[in-house]
Amino acid sequence: MKRLRRTMLFMPGNNPGMLQNAGILGADSIILDLEDAVSLTEKDSARILVREAIKTVDYSNVELVVRVNPITSEFALKDIDVIARVKPDALMIPKATEEELKTIDEMLINIEREEGFDVGSIKLIPIVETAYGLQNVYNIIKSCHRIVAILLGGEDLTSDLGIKRTKEGEEIFYARNQVSIACRAMKVDSIDTPFTDTSDFEGLAKDTMKAKSLGFTGKAAISPKHIDTIHSVYAPTVVEIKHAKRVLAAMEEAESEGKGVFSLDGKMVDAPVINRAKNTVELAKLLGLI
Amino acid sequence: MKNTLGREIPEYIEGYGKVTPFEGAFKHTGIKTKKEVKVNSVTPKQEKVLNSIEEVIDKVGIRDGMTISFHHHLRNGDYVLNIVVEAIAKKGIKNITVAVSSIFPNHAPLIEHIKNGVVTKIVTNYMSGPVAQEISRGILKNPVIMHTHGGRARAIESGDLHIDVAFIAAPTADTYGNINGLYGKSACGALGYAVADAECADRVVAITDNLVPYPACPIEISQIYVDYIVPIDSIGDPGGIVSGTTQITNDPVGLKIAKMASDLMVATGLVKDEMSFQTGAGGISLAVAAELRKYMKENGIVGSFASGGITGYIVDMFKEGLFKSLFDVQCFDLQAVESYVSTHKHQRMSASMYGNPDNKGAVVNNLDIVILGATEIDTNFNVNVTTGSDGAIMGGSGGHSDTAAGAKLTIIVTQLMKARLPIIVDNVTTITTPGESIDVIVTERGIAINPKRLDIIEKLNKTNLPIMTIQELKIIAENMTGKPKKILLTDQIVAVIEYRDGSIIDVVRKPL
Repeated sequence: MKRLRRTMLFMPGNNPGMLQNAGILGADSIILDLEDAVSLTEKDSARILVREAIKTVDYSNVELVVRVNPITSEFALKDIDVIARVKPDALMIPKATEEELKTIDEMLINIEREEGFDVGSIKLIPIVETAYGLQNVYNIIKSCHRIVAILLGGEDLTSDLGIKRTKEGEEIFYARNQVSIACRAMKVDSIDTPFTDTSDFEGLAKDTMKAKSLGFTGKAAISPKHIDTIHSVYAPTVVEIKHAKRVLAAMEEAESEGKGVFSLDGKMVDAPVINRAKNTVELAKLLGLI
Repeated sequence: MKNTLGREIPEYIEGYGKVTPFEGAFKHTGIKTKKEVKVNSVTPKQEKVLNSIEEVIDKVGIRDGMTISFHHHLRNGDYVLNIVVEAIAKKGIKNITVAVSSIFPNHAPLIEHIKNGVVTKIVTNYMSGPVAQEISRGILKNPVIMHTHGGRARAIESGDLHIDVAFIAAPTADTYGNINGLYGKSACGALGYAVADAECADRVVAITDNLVPYPACPIEISQIYVDYIVPIDSIGDPGGIVSGTTQITNDPVGLKIAKMASDLMVATGLVKDEMSFQTGAGGISLAVAAELRKYMKENGIVGSFASGGITGYIVDMFKEGLFKSLFDVQCFDLQAVESYVSTHKHQRMSASMYGNPDNKGAVVNNLDIVILGATEIDTNFNVNVTTGSDGAIMGGSGGHSDTAAGAKLTIIVTQLMKARLPIIVDNVTTITTPGESIDVIVTERGIAINPKRLDIIEKLNKTNLPIMTIQELKIIAENMTGKPKKILLTDQIVAVIEYRDGSIIDVVRKPL
């Protein structure tokens, strides 16, 4: 079954208590962060701490992602070498370029062979957070087979673009479209930038709905308090589930009568409508809603 | 000998006496007798107001070997205990038993009085801070006797704990001894813990920093119990009287536990009109109240009462109409004090009414749900809230055992690991509350139900809640923390833990 990435929760890599509890906060994925959350003086100790956490703590079914430092920094290669050897589900690569991802892919192939892991088993989630990255997002996804999702980094992107970041997010409308469409084209997940106000749940819900309406499959979170709101936006509503079930029931009936196209409530039902209904029912089952 | 919980306890404890072993939460019930109380009758024109603590000590005749009592409504801001014991020490009196409902860090001056033999015995329901630490090191001549809140009232009313002189810190007192906790610069609200002392001590002294003309209004503790009144400059530090801890936790793990506890309460079917509820003032406990509040509002539920030490948060729920009334033994913050002043539906209860097992029915008997904490829980659901990970005393039952025994549903909310330590162990260091009173343990990684509660197991198995055995929870924690080394203890008994019925549930031995 396809892995859900409705929420990807950032957790600082230098906080033992948070590392211990990261897996139980309800997020589909957790991102143990070695980059922005960790000061320069703690880069080494955080790397060791995250490595030991992965070895020791049972994160059960939660996807375990580690955000390493940018490849251009002095820490990145060491981050990858140390963390890949304890086999997280994925590495998150900041400010990633197509060229860097190819280099990382080769590095991971060597580590996977040395450690006896299946080659390609460690996935990559690049962050698109520069103008260059945004223009090349399609090629970034194509850079290697490890890419399973793209995270749009709104803060760094607007900084790179020299524009103001706002709560309403109109300034990243184009970027959201670009990332979302490229991800859909390449059949990988698109993860929206986190909402930075940790106590504005109404704003969070609006922001999540906005990204969802543009095709994003999930959203990053910087606070565990955001998880429920994001999940509720991504969960099908009771009305949607009911409608999807009716579509599928009508489909079965039409099939038994040998009809290719049929109508429901006076509207024609064709393949896209049926697919959407199937997806809705599948997601509802996955979330335990039916 | 071993009591029914398997704790090794001597038949006779030096400095305590003959031991009645714990045999079960309701094994010592039946017809009970209250003690006779001496009363020094007061005639017309007799003055009750005295000028100084020294004078009152002489008047009531405190001498070597006597028992004096205090209450803890002024919490960590209390001056009265320290002032009185200091005055007694200055008079060269020795071998005093201090019976105080709780001991806080501000009572550190007691340590010197213990060391120099002024105080040789302590009876309390809870203690934290330097006094608890030093007593754990064995400085007190006799073991501390630790009661529950209801058990203390029982002991006083039955005569098991005889008080020669009760000193009552009175935020307001009039010249004839009528007392309330509502007004004055040291206002602390309900004075529930002082009631049994006032009613049963041979002599009763009110110490006040707000002496008002007769009669004080309202009257919480009546003139008929009070021998003398001593006005002093200040009975307490307002900063320490009202607790600053009554905030809902922000910790996502605590919030997750609270949400699970709330879902569980709902699943049991107890969250309905006319329900009753008690929770503590700690962060997770209040978060449970917050979740309950949300559910009650969404579903239009109106409860009967909330009880306990009342916090501002519970007052808010009451004001919103989620509970019809409040039972308050002590107010935890100024908002609770203000509520207590403003409505008769916010009622005071004495410690006896709250939790005494030997009266004609305590409020805890009518509780549907109580939310409690724990420092350790064993695989038989026995709970320790008395000693810490170093074996030293850092708390005590307070109302823990009383509410757990009375409530229909007793829920422990706790993180599965605290710092580096697992909370669930094979044997708790000290048993405060017996496992038979504990129904459910809710942690961030799973919920364990007492196997005796088949009814709850059946209801919760129909939900998506992560139900597991307590052994499974223990293994999850130990996989991360490892098994902690056993605390090494000496044979010296530093505290005797009395269950609410007066039987001995456990002892605390001095750590090595």
